[in-house]
Amino acid sequence: MSENQNENQNDLGDTSADVTVPPETGTAVGSVERFQDPGVPEHKKRLTDTDPRAAKRAERTVTLLFVLSILGTIGSIVAYVMVPPDGTTAGVRLSTLLLGLGLAVSLLGIGIAGIHWAKALMGDHEYVQERHTLATQAEDREAAVNDLNEGLADSGVVGRRGMLKGAFFGSLALFPLAIAVPLIGSVGGDWNISKFKHTMWKRGMRLAIDPSGRPIKATDVTVGSVFHVVPETTEAFRETHEWITEKSKAVVLMVRLNPEDLLTDQSPEGEDWSYEGIVAYSKICTHVGCPVALYEQQTHHLLCPCHQSTFDIADSAKVVFGPANRRLPQLPITVDSEGYLVAQHDFAEPIGPSFWERLK
Amino acid sequence: MSTATHDTNREAPAKPTTTVGKAADYLDQRTSIGVAVKEFARKIFPDHWSFMLGEIALFSFVVLIASGFFLAMFFEPSMALETYEGEHPANMHGQLMSVAFASTLEMSFEVRGGLLMRQIHHWAALIFMASIVVHMMRVFFTGAFRKPREINWIVGIVLMILGLAAGFTGYSLPDDVLSGNGLRITDGVIKSIPVIGSFLSYFVFGGEFPGHHIVPRLFTLHIFVIPGILLALIALHLFLMVLQKHTQFPGGGRTDKNVVGYPALPVYVAKMTGNFFIVAGVLVLMGATMAINNVWNYGPYDPSPVSAGAQPDWYMLFLEGSLRLMPGAGTEWVILGYTLPLNVLVPAVVIPGILFTFLIVYPFVEARVKGDDKEHHVLDRPRNVPVRTGLGVAFLAAFIILALAGSNDLIATHFALSINAITWVFRVLFFVGPVFAYYITKRICLGLQRKDRELVLHGHESGRIVRYANGEYIEVHTPLDDQERWLRVNYEAPAPLEIAPKTDARGVKRKGYGADKRWQGLSRFFYEDRVAPVTPAEVAHSHGEHDEPNGHDQLNGSERQAVEAGVGTTSREH
Repeated sequence: MSENQNENQNDLGDTSADVTVPPETGTAVGSVERFQDPGVPEHKKRLTDTDPRAAKRAERTVTLLFVLSILGTIGSIVAYVMVPPDGTTAGVRLSTLLLGLGLAVSLLGIGIAGIHWAKALMGDHEYVQERHTLATQAEDREAAVNDLNEGLADSGVVGRRGMLKGAFFGSLALFPLAIAVPLIGSVGGDWNISKFKHTMWKRGMRLAIDPSGRPIKATDVTVGSVFHVVPETTEAFRETHEWITEKSKAVVLMVRLNPEDLLTDQSPEGEDWSYEGIVAYSKICTHVGCPVALYEQQTHHLLCPCHQSTFDIADSAKVVFGPANRRLPQLPITVDSEGYLVAQHDFAEPIGPSFWERLK
Repeated sequence: MSTATHDTNREAPAKPTTTVGKAADYLDQRTSIGVAVKEFARKIFPDHWSFMLGEIALFSFVVLIASGFFLAMFFEPSMALETYEGEHPANMHGQLMSVAFASTLEMSFEVRGGLLMRQIHHWAALIFMASIVVHMMRVFFTGAFRKPREINWIVGIVLMILGLAAGFTGYSLPDDVLSGNGLRITDGVIKSIPVIGSFLSYFVFGGEFPGHHIVPRLFTLHIFVIPGILLALIALHLFLMVLQKHTQFPGGGRTDKNVVGYPALPVYVAKMTGNFFIVAGVLVLMGATMAINNVWNYGPYDPSPVSAGAQPDWYMLFLEGSLRLMPGAGTEWVILGYTLPLNVLVPAVVIPGILFTFLIVYPFVEARVKGDDKEHHVLDRPRNVPVRTGLGVAFLAAFIILALAGSNDLIATHFALSINAITWVFRVLFFVGPVFAYYITKRICLGLQRKDRELVLHGHESGRIVRYANGEYIEVHTPLDDQERWLRVNYEAPAPLEIAPKTDARGVKRKGYGADKRWQGLSRFFYEDRVAPVTPAEVAHSHGEHDEPNGHDQLNGSERQAVEAGVGTTSREH
């Protein structure tokens, strides 16, 4: 049958395009190109239009819903007075629940009543309104252009007074500078971006446990244990903003491995940055700076919970998976005369995410 | 009667007698508000359930402002450090924390209804973004972005981006561990920007991360700058909608030159008010029953701890997923000593850039490849524009795959799968999924269009089998009524663009031919595969080709009509 052939034209070998089009009839039967718009469908009456009892019922339902809303509001106030939180988390939760349920009933009652009213009882005759082309009529447009031209002509700017125009636009372009310069001067603090490159670790600074601040003896570190480490400072300093900012760069994750498990670390020739299998690496991910906090003892892998960059602690903290590109910088450590673990010096490279002038 | 006398004789409006009448008269004498009421009171709006998706976004925004006002009464945007003296929650007592975090705890545990408002505010933000996205899907798939609504489409995209910004600046305010790590990731992304990255980071944080400026700065953005712009653009969005009159779905009597629907007063006033209260009620119900962002479980911001399974709010998941999927090996380049971290730049800046650019340029590209300069007020059925629908679904597929990738750790723990394997699957899916989604969707659309053709040509299957005198069996098909048919034939199936030849009559090469050729290529991609609507000639033809079997005489009147109008799916030899 011809229409089936047409519908499956592409199956018949024409693979260039998948087109289904009307057949080339050419016969006299119906040369009309398009169907006629049948017009707006006939209006159908609702039950509430034809049955007065249904209309009455709908009216009662709507009234009832508004009353329910009032009851919800009252319930919410009652809950406020009768059920004050008893001071526990559960008490706060209960108070929240009761206040909220009352308010929800109060709002939903109004909402559902309104919709039901509109759908069941308000007129549902469809109306047709004309649209008008959005573009302005030709004569209005002309008048507008004329007005603009007249205005421009009145201003005396057109075609002359180059100096005046230049000064006008120049002054407009420049005045924001008077606001922007002091703002930009202060908005970035001291603008000393070289601070990214250093942390507060210094030669001989003790490694301390985060958050207690207690220094760590090498003998306290058993094989397989993990320490979240910060530089040792005074307690007063640890209650300042400077501390939070410094800590953001200085946090270290320290692990003691079996010395035979430790394949490599980052110490250059002739130096030893680890101490009897104890290695300390920056805890700030080289991807976008999350704290790399999940250590897997069996595999010696360190996983960043934010984006799953994975580093191998036993092998210089090199990247084994994920979006990070660089290994975590190593903090060179040793012990002082009292047996406490101390830093040999600051990290040899900037910690944390990459930035444009990182290697400059 | 001359005009002059007509003017002088013009009747003054009758003196109002009722209270309402007097108030209206008072107002009208000072504002001529009568004109506006006359214009808008009975203005016609078309009706469809999908038109309320944008309303949900609008009403969520109202709820956000109301609950946000409540929160702003108690929140203190300060990063000054204090020791928390409150008794509740017990695990926070005596901890050192910022005033911002402490005031968040106080507003949750001490202020009556404070926790409720916090939870309503957070849920409203999630629903605000969700309804924006679903509203955009409706607009995209029905072609409501076409002329004259391209500007409003772009206003809508800006609104969506501002919504993202509002959400981000909002959930970062409590200064807890989760949001602090979110800010840290943001800092990492900012630093990856070439040349100015480090300075931008200082610009945002007022020095080094985290410093003590960021919460007050985010607060100003969150409660003043962003909502201010949002409000202005929402007003513009609605103004343009009213000015251009709402689009309508296709159907009998609905054309590009009219609006068919119900009057604003009373139907839409009632429906919209009702919808507002329902949206608000549902949001309150969510806030009352579903805990969200219990910051006291995370604790105040500290640069060292982080929790596993940390997810941002859902609308940020695609960025998170994008960051997670990008492989790091070999993607950080050092050029002349300067570092270019493509492993951050590509997923966090380039990929979202491509996604948003697609949304912004799409209406203009489609109009260009269709060669279309007409005003459109009747919406498309998605099946009738297969390539657009396919591209839209492909876009959604990419967005959803990225969002799922942003939850890969949760997928790993819930289904006990390897996180590395999941990440690799998503890496491949990100490229393959959208292509697959596009192809499948386009084929489904073409299939649905063919189904429509078949229905128009042959009618509905009635399930009635009729036997002719000659022994032949046929199934009676009932023809479509006018309205059913009109819905299925009233659309355009444009052919790809025709372009002027390469050379003119004198054999001189035409300027701009190359560009035309490229547009034509794109136009082919859009319109090469198409299914044209059935014409009356075809219907007549499909009847005419059947010989009149004598058996028709045995059918009763209505059956006979049905057979004549719609028979034709059985194969017959004559």
